Amino acid sequence: MSYWDVAPEHWGLIWDNLDYFLWGAAKFTDQFPYVENLGGLAASIVLAVLGILGAFWLGLGAGLMRISRNRFAKYTSIVYIEAIRGTPLLMLIFWFFFLAPILMGQTLPAFHSTLIAFIVFTSAYIGEIVRAGVNALPRGQMEAARGSGLSHVQAMRYVILPQALRNMIPSFVNQFVSLTKDTSLAYIIGVNELMRTAVQVDNRETKISFEIYITIAILYFVVCYVLTSYSRRLEKKLSRYQARDR
Amino acid sequence: MQYQFNWIATVTGEPGRWLWEGFVTTLEVSFIGIVFAMILGIVICVLRMTRFKPFVWFSVAYTEFFRNTPLLVQIFFWYFGAGVILPDSINDWINQLYYWFPGPFTLGGGEYTGEWMLFSSESVSVIIALAVYTSAFIAEELRAGIFSIPKNQLEASRATGLTFLQAYRFVIMPQAIRIVVPPLISQFLNLIKNSSLAMALGVTELTYQATQIESYHGLAFEGFTVATLIYLAISLVVSFAINMYNKHFMLQVKY
Repeated sequence: MSYWDVAPEHWGLIWDNLDYFLWGAAKFTDQFPYVENLGGLAASIVLAVLGILGAFWLGLGAGLMRISRNRFAKYTSIVYIEAIRGTPLLMLIFWFFFLAPILMGQTLPAFHSTLIAFIVFTSAYIGEIVRAGVNALPRGQMEAARGSGLSHVQAMRYVILPQALRNMIPSFVNQFVSLTKDTSLAYIIGVNELMRTAVQVDNRETKISFEIYITIAILYFVVCYVLTSYSRRLEKKLSRYQARDR
Repeated sequence: MQYQFNWIATVTGEPGRWLWEGFVTTLEVSFIGIVFAMILGIVICVLRMTRFKPFVWFSVAYTEFFRNTPLLVQIFFWYFGAGVILPDSINDWINQLYYWFPGPFTLGGGEYTGEWMLFSSESVSVIIALAVYTSAFIAEELRAGIFSIPKNQLEASRATGLTFLQAYRFVIMPQAIRIVVPPLISQFLNLIKNSSLAMALGVTELTYQATQIESYHGLAFEGFTVATLIYLAISLVVSFAINMYNKHFMLQVKY
């Protein structure tokens, strides 16, 4: 029996489960998150968006500490960034999952502890992006801002960061793409996101693994590829307005 | 804080042995993965540089697809899904057990079963996935390295009478390799870190051993901390080596 004989039945099963892949068994409620049992691709995207929002602020702090002249701040942030960049994300996820009971005496829900792990992990990479972005601006910008009477903090706040952050947007989008891919790791400690819905359906149907993982890969690919091409276009557009050394 | 840390028990006795075996397995899987990723990456990069359009389309599709899907999905695909499309002979080959070097052996009176060197179909799937995933990144790095050499270098060397291959061999490559090595090493480091996902299939590498320590000995936090430190040590040693390399061998080229 060739594959083509069973293909219609298998892809039919995929079609039946597609809504579960997309948003899990989500139901609307009238209490705060307004939705419960969110799963599938929607949960992955929620994890990634919350993760990048948290990581932006933490990473901005780490990056600014990395370029500051205060030795203590600088070396703290170097250790933080290098330690986290040298560690697999899966290790961090497990680490925060088992750290919570020690600190608080009770386990955090898997969703929250993976979210913390994602924020901490991504912030190290964002810290490097921030450092590179600030260092890429010509020195004259800082000197001119200081020369016109702004303090160091003011110069950072009103002159350097607005330019640097705008140039960093493509890198942030790339980081978001990579975080979206990494949300699949949350499956391992049991967060109900896209990868886990795939494994659940795979365990129930048992014979359509090939089709399931192709479908999941395509779902991730669509999200990530759209964002990647957007970031490429953005990069081209932004590079025209960048301040340069002359 | 009522939690009693027990670091000694984590690094000695059975947990210590597990961690050591996991470390060896991680290095083995990563090493084989790096070799195959490098070969595949070079092939894809060469296909990308040819003028034959279908080759170019194939390599663009390859890099875009494998870079934009999660590694975990790819690992599960190769392990659970790929059996349907692969021919039976390859499936049988994958589903055997292999002893990676050197297999069971005796040394100084002690017998080593070489259990942790047993190569199962899980390890094979993980290595395929790691190699394919990383090769897409490597191909991009190689291409970026070669394209960063100004085009007039190629034109000038062609004009001095070198053939196309000679120009690449003697002019472009020696410069491109120096540019490409640091990002390549960081891709290798990524592969080593990504090999931690092998635990999802039950390959007994470092992360898996840490979960095993958690379930058998209850040393959850300690086990994961030690495993994290081992990964960190691998990364730091390799990045220290890159820095040394950069200091001694990088040409300071200015265009």
